[in-house]
Amino acid sequence: MSSGVAVWFPIGVMIVGSAVVVGTMVSINRLLGPRGRDSAVKSEAFECGNPPSGGAWGRFSVRFYLTAILFLLFDVELVFLYPWAVALRDLGMFGFVEALVFIAVLAVGLIYAWRRGALDWT
Amino acid sequence: MQAWLDSLIARGAFGPHPSPDLIYGAAIAIACALVLFLVAVPFASIVTWVERRVWARIQSRIGPNRVGPNGFLQWLADGFKHICKEDVVPAEADAPLFRLAPYLVVLAFILPWAVMPFASSLILADLNIGILYITAVPALTVIGILMAGWASNNKWSLIGGIRSAAQIISYEIPAGLAIFPVVLMTGTLSMQGIIRAQGWAPDRWFLFANPFCFVAAVILFISGLAENNRTPFDLPEAESELVAGFATEYSSMRYLFFFMAEWGNMFIAAAIVVTLFLGGWQFPAIVQSPRLMNLLQLATFMLKCLFLVFVSMWIRGTLPRVRIDQMMSLCWKYFVPISFINLLGTAVWVAIFPDGNRFTQWLMLSFGVAVVLLFLARVVAFTRRARMELYFHPTI
Repeated sequence: MSSGVAVWFPIGVMIVGSAVVVGTMVSINRLLGPRGRDSAVKSEAFECGNPPSGGAWGRFSVRFYLTAILFLLFDVELVFLYPWAVALRDLGMFGFVEALVFIAVLAVGLIYAWRRGALDWT
Repeated sequence: MQAWLDSLIARGAFGPHPSPDLIYGAAIAIACALVLFLVAVPFASIVTWVERRVWARIQSRIGPNRVGPNGFLQWLADGFKHICKEDVVPAEADAPLFRLAPYLVVLAFILPWAVMPFASSLILADLNIGILYITAVPALTVIGILMAGWASNNKWSLIGGIRSAAQIISYEIPAGLAIFPVVLMTGTLSMQGIIRAQGWAPDRWFLFANPFCFVAAVILFISGLAENNRTPFDLPEAESELVAGFATEYSSMRYLFFFMAEWGNMFIAAAIVVTLFLGGWQFPAIVQSPRLMNLLQLATFMLKCLFLVFVSMWIRGTLPRVRIDQMMSLCWKYFVPISFINLLGTAVWVAIFPDGNRFTQWLMLSFGVAVVLLFLARVVAFTRRARMELYFHPTI
């Protein structure tokens, strides 16, 4: 119960539990709420009372794409650093210098993105 | 709990030939259900009433006071109202994704409770990677919110959804980096392990262990606000710009779930800060009985978390919304570089003082106390200077 796969059992229960909570509440809502009063105007997209001008599935600002790329870069690096942080005391000087090199490479990346204006949101 | 179950099995409470694994499994499932229905969901609901009362005080209003004593049952009335409303799915929307999005958002809010360290023996799953799990799992919210924004096929929803995704993933980086000082000092990722490495007295909290930890705690708390779309970082659902952001097309229960998860996530963000930096459930061993001790620890943990939740309500009632460029530059140009310096600084600190430094702890503690005293002195000075006739005392 305290090791191996069994320790993950509560997390499985929680996954099922959250689905049950949402599913039950939505079903109760379906029973209690009014139904079948759909009209063309009610089911169109809300644009503050005006008739909607075209769909929303179009292009959006490239800034969000850049942010996502930067996030991927740094998040993967974070995951690499966690084991290093746990084992730093055993790794000693060698481990510290190696992580220093790793972080320096990333810092160069951050400085490059900064200089190229990827971090300016205008 | 296992010992108690073993004694029950030995006494024959479950029949002559019980299967221990089945009984343990059932006990864990019941414990999960108790945490879910007695802590997580009620907290997320009741805190809406608390927050409205707190804002009302801050804004010299009264707030909800009709349903129940002091309006205490307002959350129940709101929930019942939502459950009786029509669930509208827009004709243009991607209906399966639109219906699925609240499930993911609620999943991201429920899952962290499995590793919440309520007390020394009250934890559902003491994972050895607990702190990694509790920072990684709430990021599922991004998928739910992006799904909601995209599937609605509404411009407000889409802008709200992508703004939210950009904000949450950006602040994920400083929040993840702010954990490193503590992990470097303890050498473990287990929630209970990190709390056991601290003491009940503030000078043994990691908040005051060294200057880097103090900065990391502040960064972690602010990132928590940003990840939960709280004011001053509530751009994804900025009412004055985007109607209701990603939730514009949602109605009835599905709408409620987004906001239940948002309010519940406040507690999770507070619990991460409390576990890492504020000593978690640590309480002086004044009683012998382990059960009573666990209750006291539970109360300590809850009070610390609720205090941080109160601070985030206070911030929401006080600060205006930031612009998106300010928010992004705060994250990428200040928090990320500072967090990297923190990480390296702590690594050097751990190399110099492997067991911590008592002098620094006391110095940092007195610094913290001085900041709080200065703050209170300013509050008193401003209250005296204010023209008191502009204020009224809200009565019930």
